[in-house]
Amino acid sequence: MHPETRTRRRNERLFRLLCLGCLLLPLLMLAWLLGDLVIKALPRLHMDFLSGFPSRRAAEAGILPGMVGSLYLILLTISLAMPVGVGAAIYLEEFGRRSRAAQLIEVNIANLAGVPSIIYGLLGLEIFVRVLGLGRSLLAGAATLALLVLPVIIMATREALRTVPDSLREAAVGLGATPWQVVRQVVLPQAVPGIMTGCILAVSRAIGETAPLVVIGALTFITFLPDGVLAPFTALPIQIFNWISRPQAAFAHNAAAGIVVLMGTLLLLNATAIYLRERMERMQKGAH
Amino acid sequence: MNAPEATGRFEADEVDAWFGTKQVLRKVNLLIPERRITAVIGPSGCGKSTFIRCLNRMHELVPGARITGRIRLDGENIYAPEVDPVLLRRRVGMVFQKPNPFPTMSIRDNVLSGLRLTGALDRSRAEAIAEQALRGAALWDEVKDRLGEPGIGLSGGQQQRLCIARTLAVSPEVVLMDEPCSALDPIATARIEDLLSELKARYTIVIVTHNMQQAARVSDRTAFFLTGELIEVAETDTLFTSPTDRRTEDYITGKFG
Repeated sequence: MHPETRTRRRNERLFRLLCLGCLLLPLLMLAWLLGDLVIKALPRLHMDFLSGFPSRRAAEAGILPGMVGSLYLILLTISLAMPVGVGAAIYLEEFGRRSRAAQLIEVNIANLAGVPSIIYGLLGLEIFVRVLGLGRSLLAGAATLALLVLPVIIMATREALRTVPDSLREAAVGLGATPWQVVRQVVLPQAVPGIMTGCILAVSRAIGETAPLVVIGALTFITFLPDGVLAPFTALPIQIFNWISRPQAAFAHNAAAGIVVLMGTLLLLNATAIYLRERMERMQKGAH
Repeated sequence: MNAPEATGRFEADEVDAWFGTKQVLRKVNLLIPERRITAVIGPSGCGKSTFIRCLNRMHELVPGARITGRIRLDGENIYAPEVDPVLLRRRVGMVFQKPNPFPTMSIRDNVLSGLRLTGALDRSRAEAIAEQALRGAALWDEVKDRLGEPGIGLSGGQQQRLCIARTLAVSPEVVLMDEPCSALDPIATARIEDLLSELKARYTIVIVTHNMQQAARVSDRTAFFLTGELIEVAETDTLFTSPTDRRTEDYITGKFG
């Protein structure tokens, strides 16, 4: 064999191994973390834990208020953020494309996506909790999280709108459709899967957020379920944070179990969204 | 000059058009008679597509695009301030270079899309309108058993006829065609050309083509554009056999282009 060929082949193999290592390292870390977590959580993972309220005794404490609070929070957040985010993206992409202001806004939205979440918490505390007088309520929490995920939804929606070919817009305009009719009936149906993806990302981000909820004053110990959008609430990450900061070792098991529940909830929400998205894509491709 | 009924006669009068600072049409004066096929030919970049996009006011949708001069449809200036371009485009339909059926819609919904988009669809007449438009586009026999299937499942030539059916369903007076066969194979092209001669009994047709043989085969009149100017317009037979301008002769004999 030519010596150069041999060196090259060895280098090729080395490089491939290196890349494989880069893939395996984070996977192993993740597996280790999950395994450790599940082992710690196992003694606490039963129905009483899921349906119980917080308690001073670790063995009796449950996660129901946190779970219900998180679900309400996410549903409210998405119903606030999705219409506003999609509307803003439609304006920027379909109507404001040529203006200088739209370009300026685009840069700033990208920056907003990187702002630390605690800043949003402070903003939410001032605007929603104090000025608008919503108090430390579910609605204030959801509105704050909605602000936090808006940039994600706006950017994903713009991306989705951009993938709709201009030839379809032209076809609709040529048939005598108004700009709104073009967007509503031709562009949006095509963009729905991309918009859903943005919302999935937004949910994933919002459900794990702790800092802004701490700032706006989510409770850590409530023994009732919220009875409306203005009720005080707690959420899974808050509950987990609270348990982790307790000195008693028994609460660490509760925290681990809480994390498993949080991840389960996230997976369930995302799986539902992905299922809906796939179904819509199939409906688009198949017959009506 | 004012036509007693809407027939689809265009008169372009001193039309200039720009993209930003680049002038793409210069002082175009052209009469497009009703219910005949007018072919617009010329080399790439001569302004022929821009010209027909001025006829349904789609040129102005491009950022920075501008047009001056007058274009009259049945005697009425379509650039007058009181004219609504959206309503104009329902009278002046357009078929594009690449077939562009709506991918989320079935064959039937594609045909009815113009009416549905604009909220003008009478549900009880939907089936009849779809059939009539598909027959008009010579596509009915091929798709009548699968109207519910997606429009993008058809072949390229069928898709283009679907786009023609979609345009006809809105009942326009004029059908503009921007190189409708350039993405099609010769057999599909022949079917569309056959269809054109049937359509001219009811519609004014303006077809942009880079294919001189096609212009000679299908059109009644031919207009030759070069670098944004209308060089010559005549009956197609006359233009191709005895052009009066040297540049026309050079182009149709293949000296450039």
